[in-house]
Amino acid sequence: MNLQSDDFELFGVPRRFAQDAAVLDARWKELQREAHPDRFSSQGPAAQRVAMQWSVRINEAYNRLRDPLRRAAYLCELAGASINAHSNTAMPAAFLMQQMHWREALEEAADSESLEALADRVARSRREALASCGEAIDTACDFPLAVEQVRSLMFIERFAAELDARIDAVQDAAGAWGRGQ
Amino acid sequence: MALLQISEPGQAPDPHQRRVAVGIDLGTTHSLVAAVRHGVVECLPDSQGQVILPSVVRYLAGGGRQIGGAALAAGVSDPENTIASVKRFMGRGLADVAGRDKLPYRFVEHGQGMLTLHTADGVKSPVEVSAEILATLRQRAEDTFNDDLYGAVITVPAYFDDAQRQATKDAAQLAGIQVLRLINEPTAAAIAYGLDNASEGIYAVFDLGGGTFDISVLRLARGVFEVIATGGDSALGGDDYDQALADWLLAQSGLRIDGPGDKAQLKAWARRTKEALSATDSVAVDGHLTLGRLQVEVQREDFEAVTAPLTARAMSAVRKTLRDAKLDRSDVQGVVMVGGSTRMPQIQRAVAEFFGKAPLNNLNPDEVVAIGAAIQANQLAGNDPAGDLLLLDVIPLSLGIETMGGLVERIVPRNQTIPTAMAQDFTTYKDGQTALALHVVQGERDLVADCRSLARFELRGIPPMAAGAARIRVTFTVDADGLLNVSARETGSGVEARIDVKPSYGLSDAQIASMLQESFSTAESDIKARALAEARVDADRMLLATQSALDADSALLDAGQRHEIDRLMDALRAVLAESQDAGQVEAATEALAKGTEAFAAERMNHSIQQALAGRSVESL
Repeated sequence: MNLQSDDFELFGVPRRFAQDAAVLDARWKELQREAHPDRFSSQGPAAQRVAMQWSVRINEAYNRLRDPLRRAAYLCELAGASINAHSNTAMPAAFLMQQMHWREALEEAADSESLEALADRVARSRREALASCGEAIDTACDFPLAVEQVRSLMFIERFAAELDARIDAVQDAAGAWGRGQ
Repeated sequence: MALLQISEPGQAPDPHQRRVAVGIDLGTTHSLVAAVRHGVVECLPDSQGQVILPSVVRYLAGGGRQIGGAALAAGVSDPENTIASVKRFMGRGLADVAGRDKLPYRFVEHGQGMLTLHTADGVKSPVEVSAEILATLRQRAEDTFNDDLYGAVITVPAYFDDAQRQATKDAAQLAGIQVLRLINEPTAAAIAYGLDNASEGIYAVFDLGGGTFDISVLRLARGVFEVIATGGDSALGGDDYDQALADWLLAQSGLRIDGPGDKAQLKAWARRTKEALSATDSVAVDGHLTLGRLQVEVQREDFEAVTAPLTARAMSAVRKTLRDAKLDRSDVQGVVMVGGSTRMPQIQRAVAEFFGKAPLNNLNPDEVVAIGAAIQANQLAGNDPAGDLLLLDVIPLSLGIETMGGLVERIVPRNQTIPTAMAQDFTTYKDGQTALALHVVQGERDLVADCRSLARFELRGIPPMAAGAARIRVTFTVDADGLLNVSARETGSGVEARIDVKPSYGLSDAQIASMLQESFSTAESDIKARALAEARVDADRMLLATQSALDADSALLDAGQRHEIDRLMDALRAVLAESQDAGQVEAATEALAKGTEAFAAERMNHSIQQALAGRSVESL
């Protein structure tokens, strides 16, 4: 094992989409226990530098492995199927229609309840897309299909972030009123 | 410094040698130092038995100064030269200091967005003022142990940005303290609680100090302290409650203030009234300002009403941080209260209402941060080989760079576990462009103007290409102290530029060095003898460590490398035998350290690889 090992080798887990979050979390902490700069704090700058490189690498791998979308994208790249998120923006028509409906719903939503309802719909789509992405990678080995799902998921996540920001704003306003009585 | 000693991780090279390592809580209103003594962690008292040092420095004409209680007492009579709550000015420019017209100080804008203060002893930067406080605590620790201080863990509010952290580290350097680690105050409090209560699960730390408010959410499991999210308000604290009450007192009395003495007097009354109201329901304020007598009866409800917006601000930050952590308030098993300001009944009540459970108050809220820092310091110094404490902290604020149109491109999002390195590719926007200006900012807003500017630097020497053809990779590295380093590299040509993001506080490195020199210039001959003795000890240690590294791992070296290390060792031995000059001994030691650096790094790599590989076999 070295700094160039892929994330799965580093964490000692099988190279596949299905992962146990608790195992990843436990492995992350085990690895940091061995490599964190604080373990070598009395051993001088050269030791600190090397420990920091390892610690950074372990955090990088953990961030990628625990996020299902990034993990899927990483598996596609490892299999030689490029995501090309910037240059390739062609999406199936049905997906684009769904996005348009969501945007309309976001613009029309006036209160916390309708925003939460929309958030539920988005979360359901995300779960479905992740499941089919996992199946494409782990079962069918259909990487072109997996890449398409990854791209859809990127759109979904971006939309979910905008939606979260709206919900935050609405809740903050409500919280301020609640305290101002 | 023993660069090559690889014993068990975390173990000191010499097991019989205990290093004096302390935790320092450098607070807005007061500071404390704590250490592990005879296996027990405790705050160290001064010669009068006081553990709390008021964070107040008074400058006298002619170079004299008072620090702590004596300075605090002089605050009313000499407010201009008595600097209190200096932590609020660390790493800050004049424009950043809210309500500065209400403060009695004579501020001087220093340039590069950093402020300084004009005093009877000349212009002082906040870094220098903080260094006085740190030096006092260092002296206290050295007197207690009758030994030199090896190093300190210093706490900072989780919400401190890069400039504020760097300023704190610089203040420590100026006070002659080696910083083992900067850790976040709430994390330190969690360490103190975690080890006392052996807690597991999700905990929130609610830290309302004199000048800052921090809220952190942590997951505790088997000695690992994982910070999930952190937030707060770096300009909200007990001082604001004092100020709000002071303003209200003045309004009730119908008087106005006349001069800085009145401001300080009013603030002192407000603070005493606030403290009294934690135990009683009403307090009578009666005293004289320049323009007349102030007589006001304060009910606790009055105080709570005028400060309700402040409490609401704190609770809004709590909600935001829980959302960041993707947790519900019911997931939180316990809320640890830190900071003297959490004694206010309205704070206790607001927290209990929000989380639906009584907050934890069983450790002294003034001491808990220093205690946690001392536990971490003891382990980092290698005094506790069995210690299995591991801190996985996060970066509190997003880091990014300015792009076209004054927008921020985020490179490291907030709440990333540190240390971390993240990169983003950029390109040139004009044909034949050979330089790229980079502006590094920190904050959550989309516009550069709304974020904190940290540094500017330029990548030059890019080969002329068509617009968009160059590929410039900008890498942000955040170390375990939460400090940032930025590098930029054109990947085609390999042209590179990097910068330690280090703002100027009105002190250059050369100035810091000369100030350090000055502070040592007393009793010069003593200092020389001591410096030589220390240099010899370091040299011996270095030789010993190198030899044991060679005995263990000389297989990693080829003949030429081995020869070079032998030569440097011989040279150091020769200097040791002949020279009486500390500088020469240090230089030869430094040469050996430099010459063995690659070897040390190689050995470290091997040992970590082995440790990690060993783990993965175990878990199969």
